[in-house]
Amino acid sequence: MTASPLLSVRHLTTEFRLDDGQVARALEDVSFDVLPSQTVGLVGESGCGKTTTVLSVMRLLPGNAQITGGTVLFRDTDLLTLGEPEMRRHRWKDIAIVFQGAMNALNPVMKIADQVREPILQHDLMDRFAADRRVDELLELVGIPRARRNQYPHQFSGGMRQRAMIAMALACSPDLLFADEPTTALDVMIQAQVFELFKRIQAELGLAIVLVTHDLGIVAEMCDVVVVMYGGMVAEVGPVDAVYNEPQHPYTQRLLAAFPDPSLAADLPAGGQDLATIPGTPPRLNALPPGCRFEPRCDRRMDRCREASPALVDVAVTGSGSTHRAACHLLGGRETGGPEAGGA
Amino acid sequence: MTTDPILEVRDLAVEFPLRQGIGDLVHRRPPRVVTAVDDVSFSLDPGEVLALAGESGCGKTTIARTLIGLGTATRGEILFKGRRVGGDPAEGPAISLKELRQKAQIMFQDPYESLDPRATIMDIVAEPLVVHGLAASEEQRLDRVVRALEEAGLRPADDYLRRRPHELSGGQRQRVVIASALVLEPDLLLADEPLSMLDVSIRAEILNLLNGLRRSRGISILFITHDLGIVGHFADRLAVMYLGRIVEMGPTRAVLHDPQHPYTRALLSVVPVPNPRLRRTPVILQGETPNPVDLPAGCRFHPRCPIAVEACRVTEPDLAWVRDAHRVACLLVAGASGDDAAARLPVDHAEG
Repeated sequence: MTASPLLSVRHLTTEFRLDDGQVARALEDVSFDVLPSQTVGLVGESGCGKTTTVLSVMRLLPGNAQITGGTVLFRDTDLLTLGEPEMRRHRWKDIAIVFQGAMNALNPVMKIADQVREPILQHDLMDRFAADRRVDELLELVGIPRARRNQYPHQFSGGMRQRAMIAMALACSPDLLFADEPTTALDVMIQAQVFELFKRIQAELGLAIVLVTHDLGIVAEMCDVVVVMYGGMVAEVGPVDAVYNEPQHPYTQRLLAAFPDPSLAADLPAGGQDLATIPGTPPRLNALPPGCRFEPRCDRRMDRCREASPALVDVAVTGSGSTHRAACHLLGGRETGGPEAGGA
Repeated sequence: MTTDPILEVRDLAVEFPLRQGIGDLVHRRPPRVVTAVDDVSFSLDPGEVLALAGESGCGKTTIARTLIGLGTATRGEILFKGRRVGGDPAEGPAISLKELRQKAQIMFQDPYESLDPRATIMDIVAEPLVVHGLAASEEQRLDRVVRALEEAGLRPADDYLRRRPHELSGGQRQRVVIASALVLEPDLLLADEPLSMLDVSIRAEILNLLNGLRRSRGISILFITHDLGIVGHFADRLAVMYLGRIVEMGPTRAVLHDPQHPYTRALLSVVPVPNPRLRRTPVILQGETPNPVDLPAGCRFHPRCPIAVEACRVTEPDLAWVRDAHRVACLLVAGASGDDAAARLPVDHAEG
């Protein structure tokens, strides 16, 4: 290991109590690391647990959800052992979040500058005058003209609101930023502007970013490491280059094949070409298959896959120090127990 | 089999009046209009897929709505199978709205909001038949609904008839939307961002389904999208729109291979590519698409264009031929022969 992780998630398990009394296991045994200044992509289809992972780490889960196991080490603190007041000291100051849908995440009756200033005052980091200067700096950093600081969210376009959200997330200089589908509902050009902004703030401020997305193209362009999730578990994790070029898990392989590659589009036959699909649907979290969660949809399943859930095993250790791992019986390895990256 | 186009749009313009304030009335200012679609012409052949691509506000959805009679054309004409849509009936053979809406179906973006949550799938898919007074008997209706559901990939259809939308996944809902469009056996499908709400694997399934329908039924599709990443897999031709105008149009492969308009180039350059070894330099246009109320003079793209010259501020370019069926509305391309102009456009222009 070259650097010790900023965030180290180990065996995280989160359950939801449903209205009918059933329990849905939304996350099971989720483990991954985020190194300082790294960009990690959490990718997968709807319901795979991406957002639940983020909300679990931030301890922002809804009332019917409970973290039932695992540890979330931020530097040397296990966030899961903290009480709400201590957790609040970390939130926004050390770990911030840009929520999905900037339309609904801002307070409609509060001026943009006041909203950006709020976390600074909440954390008592500086007095009002200094905070005002800080707000000006932040707005400049994200490209919101000074003249618009006293406007309300409805006067902002979608892209500008997302910039305001980012300014707010950066207000207390966090070391780790979660961005949950930050560009869904934005146009491609605005999306490109937002990601350009993410790259710039990362270069200037050196913070680590965890980017939640379903867009494999965005991960390829933005991230160092990718965590592929399926049915609440990590299917494959590793450096983006390794995972994209040598995907090990059949789900990752099928997912990549189903994603159109625009760089090849000009060479397709006239009239287009069908895309590869993944037959079936993702499992319901209250009726998970007993073995590997991808088994019912997998075209390479074996008897073993129906019986036991595969553990994440090392595929290779690459030069960057990040390990490429996948959870599939085809790779051999143990059937139970979990990944232990050299002790937590 | 004729080769007459199923749809012809000629010089279509759609304007929306802006609400006047009290000051406008006091000062007797003329009412202002938003020009959502300006001078758009294209045609669609039987069995062809034309992609209409562009960002929010470029007018692509307005075109679809106008085509199906949900909006009125301010100027220009729309011919569906040679008969006019809307406009003055004295000017020639027109098609009634009812017939139009039987032969041309529109499919909206959000499969969660476009289905009645209280109705069964049977009711939803049968509704167009009821509205159009088709399939009089119960059996005929059931028969057509089952056929439409199976064509949309919901097999066996019996499993779905009595279910309600909330019992279905997003992909299945989008299939129900497609089935209720197919039940009238349309010749034209207007698909307004049918894939944008769907997950990767479901998106691939729905795209393949639409592709199959085009092949098996010869259905023509106007595919409205903001995602240039997907058009290569589907569309025969591609039209790129900016602020109400088509700025580039041609066979999909030609446009993707050799985009001419600086806007098309920029749009293509920002489509994320799922290949980490191919990180390119995107051309990121700054700012946002301007307000269509105060359109800039000259080329409407010039304020954001990385290669604009003085003439672009004055002269509005027409869609001119580059080669074959590939057309571009750019002074810098149309002024010279295609090859020279292409050489002058910087390929990897990076905005600071």
